Formats: sequence, structure tokens, C-alpha cells
Amino acid sequence: MEVPKDLLYTLEHEWIRVDGKRAVIGISQFAQEQLGDIVFVELPEMGTQLEKESPFGVVESVKTVSDLYAPASGKVTKVNKELETNPEMINSDPYGAGWIVEIELSSEEDLKTLLDPDAYIEQCEKELE
Amino acid sequence: MSTSSNLKTTPLTTIHKELGGKLVPFAGWQMPIQFQGVMQEHQCVRDGVGIFDVSHMGEIEIQGPSAKSLIQKLMTNDIDSMQDNQALYTLMCLEHGGVVDDLLVHRFSENHYFLCVNAANTDKDFEWILKNAGSCDATIRNTSLETAQFAVQGKNSEALLQKLCEVSLNEIKYYHFKKAKIHKFESIIARTGYTGEDGFEIYIDAGHAEPVFRAILDAGKDFKLQPIGLGARDTLRMEMGYALYGNEINEKSKPLEAGLGWVIKLGKKDFIGRAELEKQKLAGNKRKLVGIRLLDRGVLRPHYRILKNGISVGELTSGTFSPSLNTGIGLCYVSSEYSEPGTQLEVEIRKLSVPAEVVKPPFLPTRVKK
Repeated sequence: MEVPKDLLYTLEHEWIRVDGKRAVIGISQFAQEQLGDIVFVELPEMGTQLEKESPFGVVESVKTVSDLYAPASGKVTKVNKELETNPEMINSDPYGAGWIVEIELSSEEDLKTLLDPDAYIEQCEKELE
Repeated sequence: MSTSSNLKTTPLTTIHKELGGKLVPFAGWQMPIQFQGVMQEHQCVRDGVGIFDVSHMGEIEIQGPSAKSLIQKLMTNDIDSMQDNQALYTLMCLEHGGVVDDLLVHRFSENHYFLCVNAANTDKDFEWILKNAGSCDATIRNTSLETAQFAVQGKNSEALLQKLCEVSLNEIKYYHFKKAKIHKFESIIARTGYTGEDGFEIYIDAGHAEPVFRAILDAGKDFKLQPIGLGARDTLRMEMGYALYGNEINEKSKPLEAGLGWVIKLGKKDFIGRAELEKQKLAGNKRKLVGIRLLDRGVLRPHYRILKNGISVGELTSGTFSPSLNTGIGLCYVSSEYSEPGTQLEVEIRKLSVPAEVVKPPFLPTRVKK
């Protein structure tokens, strides 16, 4: 299971890569594997204010619909529009080209409750049992 | 919730695990939903050939002097018209016209038939047939657990299976079958399927399923054969607009509205449901089952509401993403005034209205070998 060491994770399988005030959000390798072929992504508009733990978008595979939950609050500063035509990039490169949005963090406090890579791996293993 | 311990398993479960299949509960069985991924498996069947384990499907054998008259009484299609080694799609209805099941009748001889029925309905169908058989002179056996079934579907299916069969497969016409050996073992090879492609469905003793499945996998290497899960089975059947029992038809539905009038032969003498179906035919359809295609990219799901100018006109019975059309497709009963192909409608997806249009299924041309 690929779980990059430089990211933080949520129980709902989003990852966040923090760089100062900016942070990029996506879904994990584990999540894309569980979903299967992703064929549609519903993305937020630029400037939308995301609220930690609230849904901000949707990914759909052939079989299921899954909400995306914000790992932290913040204003959307970039949206990966390429996913609208190539949603399968989330499957092929979930931590790279399959990134979903970039936000400007409202508060670094939000990061404290997220899972570190080891805790996240433990969580995934629990779900596989 | 059922746990994996009380699910039935097919004789091919070991192979599915070896091949990386993802097993899930389905109709009381543990079945592979996918191997490589739904999109890729779907394309494999459309472009070449794929193999499906459909051993969950039920088989019921009926034999004896009264076999034909019993089946004729139970089914809406005309069993009298059948020749030996022919298969026929039919409905089995209740007195009030609702559908007990949709199924295939295979005729070995005038007094000997077998039915292929939906997995979830096998026990119900068997009980229904026994009940209506009364004391008639026919032996009725549920052979589902001792029978494995696989489907080999796609344009290369004949060339692939020919490597393992001595009989000439091109002599088996669409909706016909032959008793023949495949890789040393007796089987029934029928030119039928649920994908819209040319292909075969093979019935074989459960005890011989594994060696034969392995032999097909092996022979299939030259044809880039892949195992296909139930996920792609559903997207393939949806592109053809084929009805699925439990979604489009059930004990409450009206089969004429579902566009299944072609398998309801009101001209034949009495069969169960005839009086009511004739009444419905005379009254005309208020609703019709149509195909719905999204005009933007998206995915359709069962139960999504279909709107006309914001007002609900129906609800999807099936919905999915079509890998061939690259957008959402579905099936829906709508009142006749909205049933014309090209009618502009909307689908409510997460409270948004997304433009869609009515399509006369199939969504893509079928390529079965008629």
C-alpha cells in the first residue's frame, strides 16, 4: 500500500500536502483501489470556502458514488480541471496528477487531528479485515 | 446482512482468487465483481473475448410426457414453435400478469427441456413450477448446484472455443445449442449471452468446471482472453438495454410496458397470465420503458428521478456509466408522451438537473451472430 510519508490523512481516505499556508488535497491509493475505475468527478468552484470534515465534491466509479471530505478548512485556490475529462488520473496517479484541489488553509490547528502515515496505514489495515 | 460463511460458492472460486478477482455477495452467492477493472474488462469483451463465471444462474430440468404442455402453460412465449437444440427467451408470469422470472428454455427433445433462470429466483421458480405441475407426468429437478455455467463472449469466442471442441461451432446458430465435449468433458454449448456480442454460454457438471475453465483460459492466451466480473456484465447488458429481473421487471411490473410484448404470444392457447396480459394489451400502455442517455458527462444510478421541465416523470430502474459512450445511461418507465426517441428530459443528480434524452435501446448496435 502506497502511503507517502510527507502527507497527512483523514479517516475518509483523503490526503493533504501542506506547504506553508497552501495545501493540496486528493484521495489515497487505498481509496482509489477500493472505488475501482473512477469515471466522474464533481469539483468545487474556485474561491469556495471548504469546511473541515464537510463534503466538498464527489468522485464516482462505475459502481459507487463517494463524497469528498475536506481534511481542513480553507478557500479553494486551484482546481484540477483536467479531472473533468480524465478522471481516471485519480486511479493512475492519486498522489500526483490525480490531485483534486489546492486550498489556502484557514487555520493550522485543523491539521492536528489528522492521521500521520503510520496511523493511516493502521486504519486501512483495520478496514481490510 | 449475510456473512460470507452462508454464501454459496461456485466451483471456480479458487481460480477467481488466483486471478485477483474481488469477491462480493450477490444473490446469495460469493461472486467476482471485478478482476482488472470494470472499464478494461468491458472493453475486452467489446474488442475481443472475455470469460464470465455465471454459475450462480439456476438450472431446472423438466422431462416426461407432459413436459411440453407444462412449460407451454407456464411460459408466455410459444414453446410449440421450438425445435430440438433450440433456446427461447421467455417470461413466466403470475395470473395477474406480473413477472415471476425471465428465463431461457432449452429443448433437448419434445419431452425434455432445461431452463436457465435468474440466481435470486431459482428456488421461487422451482416452487412455482412444482405447484403448477400438480400431478402432471413430468420429472422436475433443480440441478443448479450440480451445474456450473460460464459465458464466453466477444467476437473471438468461436475461434477460441473451437480449439477445445470437436464439433463445428459455426453450425450452432444464434439461440441454438449442442451437447458436445469441451476439453474432454460433456457440456451444453449454447450460442446465447447477455452482452450484445457474439458468444456462447456453456453448462457443465460442477465437478468438471475447474479443468475446463483453466483449459479455456489457457487456450485464450492467443486471444488476450480475460476473466470478466459481474461489474462489466452489468455495463455490457445496460448498453444493450436488456431488462434485468429485480430492476426493470418484477412481480408487480407490466411486461408489455417493459417492451417485452415480443415474447408474449397471446395467440397461443391458455397460459398463466394470458387473460390479464390480453386485457393490458387492449387497454394500451400508459407507460413505456425507455433508454435515458445523459447529454453531459456523468453517471446514472437506479432510482434517480427523471424530470421534464422540473416535474418528475419517472425514476430510473437501472443506471450506470457506459464505457463505450463515455457517459451515463439508464432505463426508466415514462408516460407514453415522453417516450419518443430524442425527447429532451432531465435527470436529477444530487439536486441538480442534468440534461438527458430518450433513446430507443440498444444504446449501441448489437453484434450477435444471427
